[in-house]
Amino acid sequence: MPVLIPRSLDVAVEMASSHPDAHILAGGTDLMVEVNFNHRKPETVLALRHVDELRGWTIDAATRTVHIGSAVPFSEMEHGALSEALPALAEAARTVGSPQIRAAGTIGGNLGTCSPAGDSLPVLAAMEATVHLRSTSGERAMPFAEFMTGPKRNARRGDEIITGVSMPIADGWQGYAKVGVRNAMVISVASACLALQSTGPRLALGSVGPVIIRCHDAEALVADRPGAVDAALAAEFGRLAAAASSPIDDHRSTAAYRRHAVSVLAGRLLQRGTARP
Amino acid sequence: MSRSTIDTVRTDDRSGTSREVLGANALRPDGAAKVKGEFAFSSDMWAQNMLWGGTLRSPHPRARIVSIDVSAAWRIAGVETVVTADDVPGQLTYGLISEDQPVFARGEVRYMGEPIAAVAADHPETCRRALAAIAVEWEVLPALVDPETAIAGGFDPIHPDGNVIRHQRIIRGDTSATGAIVVEGTYELGMQDQAFLGTEAALAVPDHDGGGVEVYIATQWLHEDRKQMAKCLALPEDKVRLVLGGVGGAFGAREDISLQVHTALLALRTGRPVKMQYGREESFFGHVHRHPATIWMRHHATDSGEIVKIEARFVFDGGAYASTSSAVLINGVTHAQGPYRCDNAVVDGWAVRTNNPPCGAMRGFGVVQACFAHEGQMDKIAAAAGLDPVEVRLRNAMRTGDRLITGQVVESVAPVERCIRETAALPMPSPLPDRPDALLMPGGSGLTADRHHIRRGVGWGVSIKNIMYSEGFDDFSTARCVLADGVVTLKFATSEVGQGFVTLAPQIARSVLGVDDVVLDTIDTGVGSAGSTSASRQTWMSGGAVDGACRLVRERLFEHVGRAHGVDPLRLVIEDTDVVDSMGSLRVPVGEASAGLRIDETFEHHHRPTEELDENGQGNCHVAFAFVAHRAVVDVDPELGLVKVVQVATAQDVGRALNPLSVVGQIEGGIAQGLGLAVMEEIIVDNGRVRNPSFTDYLLPTALDAPEVIATLVEEHEPQAPLGAKGVGEPPCISVTPAIVAAIRDAIGRDLARVPVRPQDICF
Ligand SMILES: Cc1cc2nc3c(=O)[nH]c(=O)nc-3n(C[C@H](O)[C@H](O)[C@H](O)COP(=O)(O)OP(=O)(O)OC[C@H]3O[C@@H](n4cnc5c(N)ncnc54)[C@H](O)[C@@H]3O)c2cc1C
Repeated sequence: MPVLIPRSLDVAVEMASSHPDAHILAGGTDLMVEVNFNHRKPETVLALRHVDELRGWTIDAATRTVHIGSAVPFSEMEHGALSEALPALAEAARTVGSPQIRAAGTIGGNLGTCSPAGDSLPVLAAMEATVHLRSTSGERAMPFAEFMTGPKRNARRGDEIITGVSMPIADGWQGYAKVGVRNAMVISVASACLALQSTGPRLALGSVGPVIIRCHDAEALVADRPGAVDAALAAEFGRLAAAASSPIDDHRSTAAYRRHAVSVLAGRLLQRGTARP
Repeated sequence: MSRSTIDTVRTDDRSGTSREVLGANALRPDGAAKVKGEFAFSSDMWAQNMLWGGTLRSPHPRARIVSIDVSAAWRIAGVETVVTADDVPGQLTYGLISEDQPVFARGEVRYMGEPIAAVAADHPETCRRALAAIAVEWEVLPALVDPETAIAGGFDPIHPDGNVIRHQRIIRGDTSATGAIVVEGTYELGMQDQAFLGTEAALAVPDHDGGGVEVYIATQWLHEDRKQMAKCLALPEDKVRLVLGGVGGAFGAREDISLQVHTALLALRTGRPVKMQYGREESFFGHVHRHPATIWMRHHATDSGEIVKIEARFVFDGGAYASTSSAVLINGVTHAQGPYRCDNAVVDGWAVRTNNPPCGAMRGFGVVQACFAHEGQMDKIAAAAGLDPVEVRLRNAMRTGDRLITGQVVESVAPVERCIRETAALPMPSPLPDRPDALLMPGGSGLTADRHHIRRGVGWGVSIKNIMYSEGFDDFSTARCVLADGVVTLKFATSEVGQGFVTLAPQIARSVLGVDDVVLDTIDTGVGSAGSTSASRQTWMSGGAVDGACRLVRERLFEHVGRAHGVDPLRLVIEDTDVVDSMGSLRVPVGEASAGLRIDETFEHHHRPTEELDENGQGNCHVAFAFVAHRAVVDVDPELGLVKVVQVATAQDVGRALNPLSVVGQIEGGIAQGLGLAVMEEIIVDNGRVRNPSFTDYLLPTALDAPEVIATLVEEHEPQAPLGAKGVGEPPCISVTPAIVAAIRDAIGRDLARVPVRPQDICF
């Protein structure tokens, strides 16, 4: 099985174009699981490990924008400047798997897999992030909401490489919360990201629908209400979040619990974000 | 990161010497290798010219096999053999108690994952392709998945042996007795998996003449495997030699045959070594699980909370094959009263066959189920009588000399009251701080809760567990001891599955014979049976065998020294590493005394005989009992239904701590396993289909879920036990589960009748 190991983004893009059926390998924490279970039988693998352009991130103070290369692992989002620029992303990153998984797993891989339970995705949805793709025919950029098209489905073409995501720096409180049935190393049963950006509150939910769900009704409820939130308002905010969700019953949980959980998480995030210390 | 207080709690070395004798915290001989990743587990085995084996399994819970066509598999390059039921040379079925399980399904499959065929090939990938090439035509049949339907006779037999594996009732005392307090409940337990980390693996090497086979295998009982394998392979038992491969945990799941016959058959057919190894998903289908159970109980008690009568009905879902279901059932019903006095009882118990995954042995063996029910009942009695959970248990606590509802007198040391009092005396955890570490709160890294969302609860569980096998079974153990030139070599077939017999056996030899150098021979079938490493029995049984063999050797050594020095051998004793005349001045180091000698003795240890139960469930069916108390403290987020177990305190009746460190290891591990059953571990079976055969979705507790464990060992030497020590393996995982559930009930002020407790059980 040929493994293509490009050493620059240009070469990677060339290779992706000449091998559109190649399976792109970043941290391998999803891909290798699928290979082990025989769900995927790659004929060709395109490994991104040595493409340095994908492994960096920048915080542009002038445009107040963060750009994260697709091959940046979760461990780099947990601490330091990136975590200060995007606290919710740091919180989401800290919930991913174990330290080993966070060291290997990347944001590009989370986007490539596009599971409704992907932990970085509600943050990207709430921050209205732009996903950057590249192929030999050039760059494409699209809002995350357009990129994710269904459970484990996205708008990437076979010859495209996800180069990264960009989004505004947090300019208000933001947080991420995720329900799982143990204290670490667990796939999300329900999750929520709330970002109180200066342009308005943004609430996005994970694991409660085929895609990440933005809750415009809930956002509208609190859009013009600065200051502390009482329990009744938080409950109403949660109720609107639950109303926006469309969860299913499966072996991890029930639709009813998931709907309940996102309402609680949304309400709590709102109170957490508006509490005066 | 389990913040256990093993340093501060009573695990001090009891040996009084720096030698690794009984009572010392001797270290595991395989410990460093395991930590460094150098220990060879059975999955690490390899042989020259080796083939790989693979198993084809049923995708259906129940179906008729219309036809199997293996021809396409044979045509794949690298495939050396393909076998089905037609190729089994001997008996077509096997089983621990009744031989009802096919080596390969013939005609009909009865559970999802049942083996149908096996292949041997040059590479695991070739095996996989060969298995995919086998064409099976199915006629899917309706599956029997509801145990009550099996009991009611509402379904045609799914097996020639019928749909009821065993029914047993217990009638004792005045069945019309009543009490001022009557409490009842129906308790349910989901299916737990042993989830050992080292999956099933074996390497079979055929003899050159094809007349026998040597099998390296991770198992709990070499001789029982050999017996069942020899029958199916149509070989004399001495032509099937088993050697223990490195075992990565067992917990009951290695008692039944899994890949043993398949691997040996493939090796015999190809004349080449064959290795088989299950992946995690296959492992979930490859071994039996803990029985899911539904238990109804009604207790009558006096208004001061003393138990008058117990009524109960147990239903254990045995799945498709009998395995040890009938023994699990007996353990369940005979422990219905818990560690409490009770004179009157009406108990009815069923173990039934369904098309669900087969269930059998798992740590606690039927008693886990009983305990979850009786401890729920004790709290209900306490509430009705206005007592606290500790007081109601103290009032009813069993003592030595009390009778079980089977009429059997509990002759074992029974420090139930002491276990409860010593647990209660252990320090409570400090309250949740104002700014707690989020990782240690319910929800953990998910940051779901803030401090004010959390409520704390405390709960209790106390248990009684029989140790050794029951109902007339003579589960003896054998050991051989050779002393030569001051070095002892021990030989036994005791499976080391992590419990620490390889640590304990040398400790015994050092204590009895005054040597320091003890060599452990290979653990294999080259010596008599040791019985199973289960039922908390090896310290007692194989410990007794090693002790007995060492004592026989010591007698001969004393005779020799007596002769050489003109001293009556009866006056000689071992002191430290010397043979000493207790009435004179002679003192000879054991090394010197045994120079040039070779003393070789073998000893079989048998426990006292037990009886079968009669039709009313009366009889002395058990050998001995161990007791333990658990107090759990939990933090709960009631609105989201998430739980963090903060602390488990325990006082365990151990008889005598022969290796305190090792005992605490069992306590901590058992508590983690009981916690798993309480709040997360469950094989989800939907209409006979397993929905979560992976560690992604079968959740085991992580270090962040493990509670602080505070343990104290209650040491009252057990006179019946050869070394004064009771087994300690199972008790830690039994009453911790009800203790945790009781703590959750306490935190949320609501009843919970099912484990594992799911978030939706708490918040809706
Ligand atoms: C034990 C374990 C625990 C886990 N826990 C979590 C968890 O808690 N939360 C969570 O969200 N996820 C979890 N995961 C899933 C996984 O770690 C994440 O989805 C991770 O983000 C995948 O990143 P990766 O770099 O390993 O991707 P890979 O496995 O390398 O790739 C994943 C997919 O994306 C494609 N891909 C990767 N990079 C690119 C690119 N630059 N351009 C185009 N396509 C690309 C690949 O072809 C593949 O289809 C867990 C996985 C494991 C094994």
